[in-house]
Amino acid sequence: MKRFARLYAELDASTATLDKVAALRRYFAEAPPADAAWAAYFLAGGKPRQTAPTALLRQLACEVSGIADWLFEECYQAVGDLAETIALVLPPADGDSDLGLAVWIEQRLLPLRVQPAEQQAASVRDWWRELGTAERFLLVKLIGGGFRVGVSKLLVQRALAEQAGLDPKLVAQRMMGYTDAKRAPDAARFASLIAPPQAGSAREAGQPYPFFLAHAVEGGVDDFERRLGPPSQWIVEWKYDGIRAQVVRRAGQVWIWSRGEELVTERYPEVVDQAAALPDGTVLDGELLVWKDERPAPFALLQQRIGRKLLSKKLLAELPVRFMAYDLLEHGGVDLRERPQHERRTALESLVQGGPLRLSPRLEAATWQQLAVLRAGSRERGVEGLMLKHRDAAYGSGRTKVDGVWWKWKIDPMSVDCVLVYAQRGHGRRASLYTDYSFAVWNRAPADAAEAQAVVEAIAARRPAPDPKDRSVLQLVPFAKAYSGLTDEEFKAVDRVIRASTIDKFGPVRSLRPSLVFELGFEGINRSTRHKSGIAVRFPRMLRLRQDKPLHEADTLDELEALLSVDR
Amino acid sequence: MSPDLVVERPEGLYCPPGDFYIDPWRPVDRAVITHAHADHARTGHGHYLASAIGAGVLRARLGAIDLQTLDYGQAIVHHGVRLSLHPAGHVLGSAQVRLEHDGRVWVVSGDYFVSGAGDGNATCAPFEPVRCHCFITESTFGLPIYRWRPQRELFADIDAWWRANAAAGRPSLLMGYSFGKAQRVLAGVDASIGPIVVHGAVEPINRAYREAGVALPPTRLVSEVDDKADFRSALVVAPPSVAGSVWARRFADASDAFASGWMQLRGARRRQGVDRGFVLSDHADWPGLMQAIAATGCERVIVTHGYEAVLVRWLQQQGLQASSFKTEYGDDALDAATDAVEPSPP
Repeated sequence: MKRFARLYAELDASTATLDKVAALRRYFAEAPPADAAWAAYFLAGGKPRQTAPTALLRQLACEVSGIADWLFEECYQAVGDLAETIALVLPPADGDSDLGLAVWIEQRLLPLRVQPAEQQAASVRDWWRELGTAERFLLVKLIGGGFRVGVSKLLVQRALAEQAGLDPKLVAQRMMGYTDAKRAPDAARFASLIAPPQAGSAREAGQPYPFFLAHAVEGGVDDFERRLGPPSQWIVEWKYDGIRAQVVRRAGQVWIWSRGEELVTERYPEVVDQAAALPDGTVLDGELLVWKDERPAPFALLQQRIGRKLLSKKLLAELPVRFMAYDLLEHGGVDLRERPQHERRTALESLVQGGPLRLSPRLEAATWQQLAVLRAGSRERGVEGLMLKHRDAAYGSGRTKVDGVWWKWKIDPMSVDCVLVYAQRGHGRRASLYTDYSFAVWNRAPADAAEAQAVVEAIAARRPAPDPKDRSVLQLVPFAKAYSGLTDEEFKAVDRVIRASTIDKFGPVRSLRPSLVFELGFEGINRSTRHKSGIAVRFPRMLRLRQDKPLHEADTLDELEALLSVDR
Repeated sequence: MSPDLVVERPEGLYCPPGDFYIDPWRPVDRAVITHAHADHARTGHGHYLASAIGAGVLRARLGAIDLQTLDYGQAIVHHGVRLSLHPAGHVLGSAQVRLEHDGRVWVVSGDYFVSGAGDGNATCAPFEPVRCHCFITESTFGLPIYRWRPQRELFADIDAWWRANAAAGRPSLLMGYSFGKAQRVLAGVDASIGPIVVHGAVEPINRAYREAGVALPPTRLVSEVDDKADFRSALVVAPPSVAGSVWARRFADASDAFASGWMQLRGARRRQGVDRGFVLSDHADWPGLMQAIAATGCERVIVTHGYEAVLVRWLQQQGLQASSFKTEYGDDALDAATDAVEPSPP
């Protein structure tokens, strides 16, 4: 536990990739395999199972440190992280524990789950007494199930590969499914991650390949010819807004893996049926989409399928999922990933065309400008833009660019100018800064600056808000929250304005005297009965602060609703 | 009931029977100064009263002022108020102001350092508990999450960081306020690890400390380093304002660190954007505040700058009569500005 806490602190403190890899390598070189197995699991994104409720931990922390709950809450507001708050308020330890991570997890934390609350409390109290601040922090994260670490899976794979003298891609492939919560990591599984390569070994039949991830293409289309060469060198397809997935057909079975390395086979029985027609030794890369009226449906509908484990006939009929295939990674049991994109594409076409699975169509155009015109029609087709894949590119692993690049050429987000009305403190590195914002638009266009100003005064005077449907009374209607898109400096500046313009505080939330206009971007828009505005937007983020815009020039609910039809 | 010995006025904290101010933020005729930090010691007052040992730093910061000094414990009587100064442990010369009038004793503590880990501040006289009826306390770190580790552990961390950087041939740039924090660092580190280079804002304060008899290891300005290769094993002590400056660019591959009590929180460390955050404060931590308040035996506490509302509520729950003063202390930006305008070497 100490060693893992030290690693965590090193990873947390450093922003340099080289330092992180060095710290990881040091850890993997020193840690016993059983501990390293768990460490690799957590670092690669495996979630600890929550073994005791966080409310219990919080209450215990108050008892042990002798502070009232309101004081704990004040601390939490300053820290922005529950586990860190608990670790800091506890009195210094009077013991010392040298137990390894595996023992902690397997013999202490996992058994905790089935114990009665009193016994849980007694155990946690004892453990706190033998741990320093850094270890307590980790312990609470692990018990509470909220462990996250600022290191990418790719980096963990790289460190393991460097340490074991292996190709990082091999480690990545072996690591697929390693973080599946249904199988506990152990020394043997860890050993198999870093074992020497074995030619012709029978891989576990359902293993997918590491996903090749796309990069956003920057810059204007006028520059594409110079930067990317002629379009004829590229395989161009629509960019779908679904769930990236691999369909593995081997040993008479079908497996479906999502990009989060989650095995999701049972959730999409219709896709399993369709993939059963594929020959053994096939792996396809593509997108899971809800398919309606011969086109992809908005992501919001797919979301209704993602969480469901019980699938009624009605749901399957209403929200049918299709697999849109766009790459062939394995054919006849042969790994094709090193083959050029155009070869894989040709093989994919002859395999999928005419079958029950869908084939992502190729878009042909002589010039980038023509492709830009096609891209402009993305929203009407329910797609997010275009994908550009070089005809000679290999299928790489993760975000690497060594083997060629996949570019995503997304359409610009929809945007509106809206008014900042509430602010909440951020978490983690932004704790104690106000960085989480709620935005509003006008329920109708203000007649002039004075009418808008009168609304501001009414809000500042805490007069109750009228019914937004009543257009005779001008008012601001909140419709979205966003917490990203500004630089640290901009956040600091906005934070100062927020503190100076606070009207009321409700717990961590401040209501503000409206004064700032932001351009808010988002990827999609839908009607929603859960929001007062009747609107829900997808992936909202701040594009910029519009200091040039007076309040009365912010957009209206009508303008927002007009986007509903564009998105459909 | 006897009237309060200290009240709030627009100019600052005021003693009505004595007709003088303590650390006023607007120009007044008579000002008692607890210590020379910019938010407590401002220019423009008619007469200054401060501790004798802190006179050097006070003059280094404020220039020519009409200054009367008192040794710690020495008392004077002014308009029937008996006034004496007592060590606060915060920085060189920092003092608590004890006021006695009509059988009532009040103490204005300014900023003070008491650590729950039991450490003192090696660069100045330790905090002296003074019995009183009413204690006016700061609350900079007035939350139970602020609990300082033993100093030797902290300096062992700083030394280990410096040693590792020196071994790797990179400078160690440690940022902290030039008055107080810098000297604390200098007095605490193992000077045998390598040369120590200081910023031009730090050295005049070092001089004042040395003249007051505080032992600090030898330090050099950048301009005094002939062989630039010495930087590679050096500890460079500079104010936070050098971050990203032309001055700091000469230590381009340096590992950088920030020394402050605020570094206790992960979020603050990450926002600072430095390689390391060392939790080193010249203010009392939560257990220190509790100890200091209890040691005065006071029945009434008035809380200033920091987490006033929290501390007031907590003390009330502990059965004390507690309230707060709104002051203009605790603005680090003032010290940052002082650091920035001081001359930097070529």
